[in-house]
Amino acid sequence: MNNAIRHTWVVSVGMFLALFVALSLTQVVFTDSLNSDPRNSRQLIADAGAPRGPITVDGTVIAESVPSDATQYDYQRVYQDPELYSHITGYFSVVTPGPNQSGIEYALNDYLSGHSDAQFFDRITALFTGDTLMGAQVELTLDPELQRLAYDLIPENERGTIILTDLRTGEVKVMMSRPSYDTNELAVHSGSQFQENLERLEEVEGLHLNYNVATNNPIFPGSVFKLITGLAMLNSGDYELDTELENPSELELPLTESTLPNFADGGCAARPEAELNWIFAQSCNTPFAAAAMDLGEEAVLEAAEAYGWNEALRIPIYVQPSRFPEVADDAELARAAIGQGSVTATPLQMNMVASAIGNGGTLMQPQMVDTIRGSDLQILNNPEPQVLNDVMDRSTADEFTEMMVTTVEEGTGWRADSSRFQVAAKTGTAQRGAGDDMVNSWITGFAPADDPQYAVTVVYEGIDMSRGNELTGSQMLTMLEAVIEE
Amino acid sequence: MATQAEAHSRPRRNIELVLLLLALTIGIGAQVLVGLTLEDTIDERYYFEGGAQAALALAFHVVLRIRAEYADPFILPIVVTLNGLGIAMIHRLDFTTRYEGVADRQLMWTGLSMAAAMLLLVLLRDHRKLRQLTYLSLAASVVLLFLPIVPGIGQDIQGAQVWISIGGMSFQPGELAKITLAIFFAGFLANNRDLILLAGKKIGPMTFPRLQDLGPLFLAWLIAMGVLIVQNDLGNALMFFGLFVAVIYVATSRISWIVIGGVFVAVGALLAYQFVWHARNRFDIWLNAFDQQMYDQDLGSHQLVQGLFGLAHGGLTGTGLGSGSPQIVALANSDMIIVAFGEELGFIGLSGMLVLYLILFSRYMRAGLGTRDHFGKLLAVGLAVVLVLQVFVVVGGITRVIPMSGLVSPFLAAGGSALLANWLIVAVVLLISHAARRPIVVGPMLNTTGAGASGTEDPLRGRDTGEQKPVDDGTQQFPAASSSERDGGEQQ
Repeated sequence: MNNAIRHTWVVSVGMFLALFVALSLTQVVFTDSLNSDPRNSRQLIADAGAPRGPITVDGTVIAESVPSDATQYDYQRVYQDPELYSHITGYFSVVTPGPNQSGIEYALNDYLSGHSDAQFFDRITALFTGDTLMGAQVELTLDPELQRLAYDLIPENERGTIILTDLRTGEVKVMMSRPSYDTNELAVHSGSQFQENLERLEEVEGLHLNYNVATNNPIFPGSVFKLITGLAMLNSGDYELDTELENPSELELPLTESTLPNFADGGCAARPEAELNWIFAQSCNTPFAAAAMDLGEEAVLEAAEAYGWNEALRIPIYVQPSRFPEVADDAELARAAIGQGSVTATPLQMNMVASAIGNGGTLMQPQMVDTIRGSDLQILNNPEPQVLNDVMDRSTADEFTEMMVTTVEEGTGWRADSSRFQVAAKTGTAQRGAGDDMVNSWITGFAPADDPQYAVTVVYEGIDMSRGNELTGSQMLTMLEAVIEE
Repeated sequence: MATQAEAHSRPRRNIELVLLLLALTIGIGAQVLVGLTLEDTIDERYYFEGGAQAALALAFHVVLRIRAEYADPFILPIVVTLNGLGIAMIHRLDFTTRYEGVADRQLMWTGLSMAAAMLLLVLLRDHRKLRQLTYLSLAASVVLLFLPIVPGIGQDIQGAQVWISIGGMSFQPGELAKITLAIFFAGFLANNRDLILLAGKKIGPMTFPRLQDLGPLFLAWLIAMGVLIVQNDLGNALMFFGLFVAVIYVATSRISWIVIGGVFVAVGALLAYQFVWHARNRFDIWLNAFDQQMYDQDLGSHQLVQGLFGLAHGGLTGTGLGSGSPQIVALANSDMIIVAFGEELGFIGLSGMLVLYLILFSRYMRAGLGTRDHFGKLLAVGLAVVLVLQVFVVVGGITRVIPMSGLVSPFLAAGGSALLANWLIVAVVLLISHAARRPIVVGPMLNTTGAGASGTEDPLRGRDTGEQKPVDDGTQQFPAASSSERDGGEQQ
């Protein structure tokens, strides 16, 4: 009987050995394939709770991962001054999970999470030492003081964007859009809390959570588009600054019943015929529409694409293409020539126009990243200023500068006139379609005109026309006087 | 074993006390560790719960000192360790949103179960009394097993109808049937062993029993199949059947019974696969766990696959208590608690726990080896096999060694009925081991060398011996002579 008991014991131990073998297969041998199975949410949780590198501006942290013990996620993403930077950083949520697509969190996810090619050896090291893999630190080109100034300038209940770039290098110093929001509310670990906050924020009028307004919201540009039509005109060689042009108060559009008017309250009505410089400064519509129809679609399209229209960019935030689509007929081309019809522009695209002109015709690639450093502070990426396109030659740029200075000194851009330096600018007021009293109010330009350094673009979307004119011009001036030293 | 010749007759309760303190340190320490990791304040709740566990364990120890001082010294510390770890993990899972207050309930059930086990130790005193309950146990088993399908008190949870609900309290009577069936099998075979052994046909090298002697085996098979079909409870069916085959093998020492048992299992499995959807489903899941369709379907492989992910996530060393995500797996604190341990303690930690189980069932079998009466041997082995099969079915199911079926890991998983049953088994086995290791008092008036020296078989040497002397360590007094008289009266 005891022998039988011993046999039973041996069989039992054999069964346990089978368990040990199976356990070691599951827990040691096949862990890689099990861990990488797409149905394994643990990897997602591990990734979502992993420490991400910080995002900094001028050395100050605006986004960082702090250890969190309250939930299954190891780290909590925390945003400083979130209202100032929500459109820049976007948010990183463990719920969705991952960064939303609007900002740096998404655009540089590989670096921030430590999974970029440059961090390959960090990953290997972390694998062997068992240390937590730390993401790279991203230093942005933004200027925190100017960013705050821009935030304070844009009124609470308006949809406004202010961009300021160094036109010599393409570095973005300010990129502020309101309404803004607290990104921390969407970085919460609780799914129900996230959902609740998301629904509340989605109700906010004019707030876009999923894209950066300055780079991803193409709207009607209005008269600032004359910088493009104007380039087509100057390039053709048929137009000089002092070329006298007809300036009728209305232009009949071919094959239609409708007409294209000059603005009634502008100074355009004063002169039925005027030189290009004056027409530009007063932003008269009819001469530009007529010129566009003379030059044809190709010429205008070419000018637009030279500035970057119809092309996406990564700075590294995604920049949606501003559109200059094929036009059906001359009537549509005429409307497009003054920034209406089917033409759209993002605030950044328009800022690139002013930058190109200010930089003597050379358009620098806009750039938001100053340096990317590994967790050991070693520089992983340090973007150099890069020429995006040679838009025009220097003489054409100089002609534009002269017209834009005239615009500020004698024309529609008078609110941006500075006592300290010459400002070059172009205003625009775009109608938003039938039945909408509100307009898109634009100004874009640069200063100082004799030694251009910074380009500024101020846009208000869907604003009362006179309020828009007041805000854009004066705010451009405020920004320029703040950035350009005495 | 030779060195034990002297040691076996020592009570060894002091060793048990030292190990018990170690066990309490592990169990309570794990719970405090969970609290620290999850940033809970270590307040009087922890003191109370730790204190309660310590008090219960020490009380049990004292009861053993008084009632069964020669009982195996390793069983109680191991069980206290496992029970403590279980409470710690359940406590850890209470921090997740899925579970709440389960640890308190588990602690309450632990107290209740240990109290019941102590009571059993005190009242029963000698396991051989259970032999008188052989047929009563069979009746009780049938009642317990089929109670859950009585309309009104039965409950269907997770597709298995194994629960009864009385006055808001849920209970799995089948858990207690493990004990009553083990008693019946042990009693029945101890009584009919000779008959089964002697009568039989020899075919080739094997002797097959007569058809009428197959009756009880067939009955056991019927019960197992009934449990399987009526209650959809694969795990228990497998366990009951394995229990009977093991006990009958030990009783007869004949391979033929294993063969017959194997045939019955095969037929049962085949029938179950053919006619019980639940069984076929489990089998399909086992084979095609990672199939997307299988993963997505209702009652599919989702739980199994997520469990494997959990184990893999733990890896060799585990995430540490409180740092994993064990709550992702359904039933993480009961059926799948092994996964939670695998994830947070890793392969090393979980292997350690399996080794504890291995030592535990070895001690159970050791008690069976040592005891002198056949009933005790069969009962100890039966209860050991119950433990082995529970662990094998649970861990094997989780690791895809066998199809998964719902059993809970002894002492670890949340659930009062299983806890109670397993603690009662501990009490019974401790009594058997006490009987096994207690020195045999051989009075000078007895003939210790002749053929009439029955009842003096040395449990360690497996043969009659006249050299056995009463061991007097100077301080300990042996149990009263009356018990030794009973020993002598037992038929071997």
